[in-house]
Amino acid sequence: MDLRTSYLGLELKNPVVPSASPLSRDLSNLRRMEDAGAAAIVLYSLFEEEINLESHTLDRYLSDGTESYAEALTYFPEAPAYRAIGPDAYLEHIFRAKQAVSIPVIASLNGVSTGGWIRYAKEMEGAGADALELNIYYMPTQIDLISTEVEQIYIDLVHDIRASIRIPIAVKLSPYFSATANMMNRLSEAGADGLVLFNRFYQPDLDLENLEVVPNLILSKSDEMRLPLRWIAILFGRIKADLALTTGVHNGHDALKAIAAGANVAMMTSELLLNGIGRIGEILTEMSQWLEEREYVSLQELHGSLSQINVAAPAAFERANYIQIVRSYQPSFK
Amino acid sequence: MTTKMITVDGNEAAAAVAHKVNEVIAIYPITPSSAMGELADQFSASGERNIWGTVPLVVEMQSEGGAAGAVHGSLQTGALTTTFTASQGLLLMIPNMYKIAGELTSTSFHVAARSLAAQGLSIFGDHSDVMAARNTGFAFLCASSVQEVMDFALISQAATLQARVPFIHFFDGFRTSHEINKIAPLEDEVLRAMIDDELVRAHRARGLSPENPFIRGTAQNPDVYFQARESANPYYLACPGIVQSAMDKFAALTGRQYHLFDYVGAPDAERVIVIMGSGAEAVEETVQFLNDRGEKVGLVKVRLFRPFDTAALAQALPATTKSIAVLDRTKEPGSTGEPMYLDIVSALVETVAADIAPFAVMPRIIGGRYGLSSKEFTPAMVKSVFDELAKPMMKNHFTVGIEDDVTHTSLDYDESLSTEADDVVRAVFFGLGSDGTVGANKNSIKIIGENTSNYAQAYFVYDSKKSGAVTVSHLRFGPRPIHSTYLISKANFIACHQFHFLERFDMLKFAEPGATFLLNSPYGSEEVWDHLPREVQKSIIDKRLRFYVIDGLEVANMTNMGRRINTIMQTCFFALIGQATSTPLLSRERAIDEIKEAIYKTYGKRGEAVVQQNYAAVDAALSHLHEIKIPAQVTSDFGRPPVVPVNAPEFIQNVTARMIAGLGDTLPVSALPVDGTYPSGTTQWEKRNIATEVPIWDPEICIQCGKCAFVCPHAVIRLKIYNPAALDGAPEGFRSAPARFKEFKDMAYTLQISPEDCTGCSLCYEVCPVKNKRQPKFKAINLVEYTDEVREAESGNWEFFNKLPNLDRTEILFNQVKYNQVLEPLFEFSGACAGCGETPYLKLITQLFGDRMLVANATGCSSIYGGNLPTTPWSRNADGRGPAWSNSLFEDNAEFGLGMRLALDQRLDAATNILRSLRDLIGAQLAPGIATDDVLFADQVTEADILEQRKRVQLLKERLQSLLSGSDANIDPFKPAIADLLSKADVFVKKSVWIVGGDGWAYDIGYGGLDHVMASGRNVNILVLDTEVYSNTGGQMSKSTPRGAVAKFAAAGKPLPKKDLGMLAITYGNVYVARVAFGANDRQTVQAILEAEAYDGPSLIIAYSHCIAHGYDLKFGLEQQQAAVDSGHWILYRYNPELAHVTEGDPNDSQHNPFHLDSKAPSLPLEKYIYREGRYRMLQQSNPEAAERLLRMAKADVAERWDAYQRLASEKKAGD
Repeated sequence: MDLRTSYLGLELKNPVVPSASPLSRDLSNLRRMEDAGAAAIVLYSLFEEEINLESHTLDRYLSDGTESYAEALTYFPEAPAYRAIGPDAYLEHIFRAKQAVSIPVIASLNGVSTGGWIRYAKEMEGAGADALELNIYYMPTQIDLISTEVEQIYIDLVHDIRASIRIPIAVKLSPYFSATANMMNRLSEAGADGLVLFNRFYQPDLDLENLEVVPNLILSKSDEMRLPLRWIAILFGRIKADLALTTGVHNGHDALKAIAAGANVAMMTSELLLNGIGRIGEILTEMSQWLEEREYVSLQELHGSLSQINVAAPAAFERANYIQIVRSYQPSFK
Repeated sequence: MTTKMITVDGNEAAAAVAHKVNEVIAIYPITPSSAMGELADQFSASGERNIWGTVPLVVEMQSEGGAAGAVHGSLQTGALTTTFTASQGLLLMIPNMYKIAGELTSTSFHVAARSLAAQGLSIFGDHSDVMAARNTGFAFLCASSVQEVMDFALISQAATLQARVPFIHFFDGFRTSHEINKIAPLEDEVLRAMIDDELVRAHRARGLSPENPFIRGTAQNPDVYFQARESANPYYLACPGIVQSAMDKFAALTGRQYHLFDYVGAPDAERVIVIMGSGAEAVEETVQFLNDRGEKVGLVKVRLFRPFDTAALAQALPATTKSIAVLDRTKEPGSTGEPMYLDIVSALVETVAADIAPFAVMPRIIGGRYGLSSKEFTPAMVKSVFDELAKPMMKNHFTVGIEDDVTHTSLDYDESLSTEADDVVRAVFFGLGSDGTVGANKNSIKIIGENTSNYAQAYFVYDSKKSGAVTVSHLRFGPRPIHSTYLISKANFIACHQFHFLERFDMLKFAEPGATFLLNSPYGSEEVWDHLPREVQKSIIDKRLRFYVIDGLEVANMTNMGRRINTIMQTCFFALIGQATSTPLLSRERAIDEIKEAIYKTYGKRGEAVVQQNYAAVDAALSHLHEIKIPAQVTSDFGRPPVVPVNAPEFIQNVTARMIAGLGDTLPVSALPVDGTYPSGTTQWEKRNIATEVPIWDPEICIQCGKCAFVCPHAVIRLKIYNPAALDGAPEGFRSAPARFKEFKDMAYTLQISPEDCTGCSLCYEVCPVKNKRQPKFKAINLVEYTDEVREAESGNWEFFNKLPNLDRTEILFNQVKYNQVLEPLFEFSGACAGCGETPYLKLITQLFGDRMLVANATGCSSIYGGNLPTTPWSRNADGRGPAWSNSLFEDNAEFGLGMRLALDQRLDAATNILRSLRDLIGAQLAPGIATDDVLFADQVTEADILEQRKRVQLLKERLQSLLSGSDANIDPFKPAIADLLSKADVFVKKSVWIVGGDGWAYDIGYGGLDHVMASGRNVNILVLDTEVYSNTGGQMSKSTPRGAVAKFAAAGKPLPKKDLGMLAITYGNVYVARVAFGANDRQTVQAILEAEAYDGPSLIIAYSHCIAHGYDLKFGLEQQQAAVDSGHWILYRYNPELAHVTEGDPNDSQHNPFHLDSKAPSLPLEKYIYREGRYRMLQQSNPEAAERLLRMAKADVAERWDAYQRLASEKKAGD
């Protein structure tokens, strides 16, 4: 079965792309992903915040207690025993990843400052990344910050980075915009070659026993893909940017739904973390079988076929759908 | 000048050359020479090569003795080898030095000369150490300045290769080793030209080789030893000439000409000072000053002290010389004079006798001592020596620089004399260690030295405290080389980087009229004047100072710099210093560029974020700098508070307070104890107020577990249980709660902090297990901002708290923290780092046994925070009893403690025998129901037992006293024995001997002694405060350093695992061994300490001590201890030989497994523990592959160790 697709201008042999995850820290995992059939790989994110934190931490422990007491003016061996804090390890990883696999390698960046976003984006391009995914994780917690300002931050950022590098850019987004469709279109106009829907924010939990807030990571489930699925279906054919669905893709059916809604690629991580990288191959087989059984000539025939512009009942993606569901729900107790 | 000048300190100057001209370097850290070894290691670690293109091998040894041995072996095998050392370190090398010299082996050791420990240890500079080694057969070449250090490091190496006589190249510790000065560096071409490769090959050829075997190091008999000893004479005779040739060759290459003795001054001088070391620079400055004013004085700088070239000395002196003062920077008690004085006298006598002297009449010669332990040596003192030389009756064997009002050796001098030229800019900065002042000033002086035509010098004075440390920076620059080897006393720029210092130090006494005064002030330009103490206002007005303020902390906060105001103040310095100098300096813009460049150099490797943050601070600084218009009159109604409270004891008022105030130099000889004995419990008088936040107790939710008091490193948190009636008269706001103890129903409970002694480390908050239900960020103890109001209120509460009665010790359960924290600590308010992981152990031990303990303390952190003047935390209780503490050395502490035990054991034996022999005289009963024999046989297990015994001993002493005071013919013959017993009777109360030190001592330098003491079977308690690194000397690797941790000499991560000291001790079978971590299991810690003390034999407690050298915020120290235990890195156990004993005939007693594991199986991955610490993360940063490999191995270590311990714990013994 011809599973070919294109994403960010890259010709891909199929639409299955492992999304950013700790799995991609290991070069052997990247090779295994390629062997299992992955069409491209998004590397784990470089967090500018993490680099800054590491920088401040190193500064702190190299400075603490120094130049105070005559016998111990320092407590650690000084440079050049260690290399500078910065993105070097990540950039080297891009370089090695490119050497290790022949499928496209998409670098992922999560910045905090305009300078940082642009600098690291350029360096990632320089290190050989085929494309760049901007992982924008921004929590607008200030109560005096209005939504138009927040939106403008996104637009400016994409615009600035687009002007700084030549490789394609994808933007991984939060679902929490007031005017999602408009926002997606503006990002596309600002230069995003692709939109990745959606970033999955890990919400902290509360520990009642210890009266603490605790970080919590729960892997996605298939039903969580409904949110991106809906928006992809709505956006397909209406904006210029390619679309990637991420969150909740666990099997061949999920991936096919993503394509049917209009996604160019289906990205996945939880399934690989749970059941291994080998799942990529199985999912591709499931997809092929399904398409063959139904005599599709290629995946492209399915692409966007269940998007809002192509379905018989476009209102199902809008409010009508909501009303219908609420009304039809029956309690499970008597 | 062809080469670009550099601005470096003496240690760097020496290390740079030594690394270039050696192949093997074996070292051991000791202040102030440690930096030379560290730099050499750093050079090699970064692949820097010597002049032959190889990277020298740098090896850290277990002691200086070991380093000398390794050097000897390496030299004997033909490698060019060196070492760096000082003080006791040099003394430990002496045995090998005799061998190295006796075998005519070419080497040059580099020594940062330092005082020897006598009545007290001193880390500062004088020539006591080199003088103690002067008869080893080494040549001694002395450098007086940073430039000379670099030059002589090379000249000594060149000379030793030709002379075959080994060299000590030395320079003054701190004054030269740590002084930063602008010098001409030596290029490799000069090094290559000076070092003759033929001689290097000859040295190699003399090395041991199986290809050409011979033996060296024979044992010799009376028939030949003497002649053989004389056989080397030609080499010593030739040596001075060889050194002079090397100096001449060096002069041809560099233009800097030196001689064995360099004369400076009037060609027709009548009065001459002979001196060596940094003091020569101050003398030179004074000679020039005096001669400019028409005097005829001169100076001989001694370069080559050994072999002493008599003729060269004579040639150096002007023929007009009439009187000579020889200044020695050492003291040889009981001698006819200090060593150099004696040499000069005999040399001149010989030259006059041989008629080779330049003068017909023997000059009058006196000798004097100066500058011991880096005591200031100023032109004023030099002038007083010259004045003395002009007197008809000169004082011989004088001292200068102190006031000797006991034996009246000292010369008077006029402190106000200044020889410094007006065009030398002098700046003094008062900062806190933690605000980064010194680091910024080091950069500033380098900027000035390397970017302007100015010569520059910087010297830094540090604190004896590790927390809240005050630093004073002295910076000079000007158009000519700076020879002022003394502190600045007349500054044209004064900066105070911490506002509260105005209350503590009279810093403006250093200000010249018209000087600039820069103050970091939380008060703005409108209100700052009203917050200045009266004395400060007066100085500003009287001296017509230009006064500037900046709120450095505000700028730091704005730019996320925290409390580091260094680059902010540095920017202000450059903005203002221009007005203090007529010499061209950098424009503001250029200065800012250079500051940024320096920031990049210093912080670049720490990442862009840190660099940018510092840049932002620099950019924001100047807009916050304001000049203050000076009012015409003093308006302040408050002055500087007294240094110590007015109710402090006399010695504290008269002596300690002067030291605290930085006026120790003014104390006369008579003020100081003659034998190094000082009162204990003196930190209580030194209220340092260094915290920015202090804890406040919330009695409402407190469960009274005592954990906060337990972990408090500074004994600032105290608990009392008392009768509520005692609350009468309590200050308003004094906190109290009903005691939640079943034994103390109806009693009251208070947890009180001493705010003025707190360091704000917050361990108490971290350990508190209780959370406020409404706002869980609040616990039962919470940190609040340390404001004047808090200070006043809590100080009042503290004062009242101290008057509350202590609970009777016999009512307290010692084995539970909740109870034992009510016991009074006899170790309080130390100057250890805020959040120190060592001091809680010491404090706990004093709570349990403090009133009957002796402490032998190895040199290291614990001896510094324990015994560095002016004050000591070792304290005493209301009865006057407390720990008796002493420090001998670093290497001998176990033996020192054993000696204490032997003395006590012997005294107990003797007292027992006398008591038995006097039993009939004393009587069978001391009091109704108290038998005399009970003194000998009483159990002394519990606190109640001890109390009873104290009563018996008191009765016995009273009985003995009454026997002595009466006159009875039957008793008189026994009075000597009675008096003897009376003087020994206290020994009947059980004494607890504690041998305390760090891992550097226990695992490395003192291990041999420790091992022997454990094997002795004697009842001593050994506490190893294990920080897994040399903490006191600045983070060098010890054998306790774990695999994968980065430390100095293990920059690439320690490749080998930590030595298992506990298991080594367990193999003896008779040693009580415990591994504890108070932050992980306080109960087990207490239990181990109680068991160790109770065990009648040697006990070893290895105590996990979190440390600033681990690289994380110490407020998480307790969490890290828990993680260390949970990960299996630090497995808790106790090995009690008692359990293995079988008492014959006791049917209930049986043999048990003495090894008890107190840890559960490792449950936390090791990486979760280690990667919270900088020492491990640095390797992850620098070499992720190596970090991963070492982590893998360390994990295997953990697994193997756990298996082994578990096997040991599960061994079945009869009765288990």
